[in-house]
Amino acid sequence: MKTESRLEKVLASGQLAVTSEVGPPRGCNIDVIKEKANMIKDYVDGINITDNQTAMVRMSSIAGGIVIKQMGLDPIIQMVSRDRNRLAMQSDILGAYALGCNTMLCLSGDHPQFGDHPMAKPVYDIDSINMIKMVKDMRDEAKFQGGADITDPPKMFIGAAANPFADPFELRVMRLAKKVAAGVDFIQTQCIFNTAKFETWMKQVVDRGLHEKVAILAGITPMKSLGMAKYMKSKVPGMDIPDEVIDRLAGVDKDKQAQEGIKMAIEQMQRLKECKGVKGFHIMAIEWEEKVPELVKGAGLYPRPQV
Amino acid sequence: MITAEQKPLQEILGYIAPYEKILVVGCNECVTVCAAGGRKEVGLLSSAIRLNSAKEGKKIEVLEHTLERQCDPEYVAQLEDLAGQVDAIVSLACGCGIQTVAVNYAIPVFPGVNTKFMGASESQGIWAERCMGCGDCMLGITGGICPIARCSKSIMNGPCGGSVNGKCEISPDVDCAWQLIWNRLVELGMQDRYEELVAAKDWRPAGGGGPRKIIREDLASSKIITEDNA
Repeated sequence: MKTESRLEKVLASGQLAVTSEVGPPRGCNIDVIKEKANMIKDYVDGINITDNQTAMVRMSSIAGGIVIKQMGLDPIIQMVSRDRNRLAMQSDILGAYALGCNTMLCLSGDHPQFGDHPMAKPVYDIDSINMIKMVKDMRDEAKFQGGADITDPPKMFIGAAANPFADPFELRVMRLAKKVAAGVDFIQTQCIFNTAKFETWMKQVVDRGLHEKVAILAGITPMKSLGMAKYMKSKVPGMDIPDEVIDRLAGVDKDKQAQEGIKMAIEQMQRLKECKGVKGFHIMAIEWEEKVPELVKGAGLYPRPQV
Repeated sequence: MITAEQKPLQEILGYIAPYEKILVVGCNECVTVCAAGGRKEVGLLSSAIRLNSAKEGKKIEVLEHTLERQCDPEYVAQLEDLAGQVDAIVSLACGCGIQTVAVNYAIPVFPGVNTKFMGASESQGIWAERCMGCGDCMLGITGGICPIARCSKSIMNGPCGGSVNGKCEISPDVDCAWQLIWNRLVELGMQDRYEELVAAKDWRPAGGGGPRKIIREDLASSKIITEDNA
């Protein structure tokens, strides 16, 4: 074991892992985080806390992660390179680890242009791949990015994202290979709606043997409504929503769409459980955390292993 | 070249409001090419200032002059007589030119343009950013397309997950630099390059080490040759 991460232990046990996420509040009330975490805690092996997602200011992911840790649960700290240079990142990683956060996700982050501070100076000192390498060197070499020694280094289990649906498609596996070379331990993919395309990507991952070097958690988002599906198709960058998803939601009554969305997500997980190289699921139930138990049970992933 | 755009007239008028005699100085280099601060723009801005003053019943005298190169003290020295006759100067050069004039004359010097970026002309009337002057050129490994200047996140190992149909996540009008890089690497048969990890950038040569300066001892010690002493 490289770390004390519960996620690492579940993956090492050979069982499918399940993670989900909680977005911190746009204010100081930590009860919001506790409520959401309580809804999902028995159904997941780790809880992502997003880092100013969509470039909107929220409570810090590390503060949120500590709240979750204090509940006796397992936070996965997201960290974007948009808002911090390498000094700030490393200092936050030291602090987060010291307070019990042992699993993190390295991301570049949505551009400030999308959020509520488009006038902010984007940092992007290092990219997500160099962030992975930095965190790995902190852990395995006890070295800061600048080369100095770390006494009591942070032992982070290192995650990153992959979007099999972004362009150019032929680079999507090659870029994953770069993340693997940089030292990533696990991947949470972008929300999958085009399952066939994901399977094509996954086959290429397996053909290159990357699935043996990194644990891939397939990203699952249940559609709440036809409106949400249409919005994501047209407005969210890097989303691939096939017409069959839209058609299926359009084919049921409006008050049945949410249930149909849950059913579709469960079917998708059942299908992807059979996909070679998939080591688990990352469920992003956007403002719909209360549905995570139903999804996990429906996919036959409950109870979660005790490790 | 360095690109610039003329400032709104009202802003320039605000700067010069307290003065009765001003000099508008253009530059015959980059700002002439991008039609922001050459001889022609000096004439147009001066006319606009005079017209505005006449309309408002104010008295203002505007002198006009365009230097060969405003970022060079040798040329800026040519302003000595004119600068002695006015209360303030409006410079239509880039920020480098404006500052060279400002440090050489003890009267207020105001910017008449907003200096934008180092860019190239894409077609008539269109300039686009191509270089950020990072001081450690990586075009040799990226197929001649710069990810520092042209990727919205300056990603060294792109493209990020926001690249769709060759466009950047920030706008369908912005090309994804890493798509362009990949296309070039394919065209050149250099796809193998892609999987080499490009290390975190050292930003010191890019300005992270403080204001930058080039000292060429061989040139600095010799007499500068100008048209006059050639």
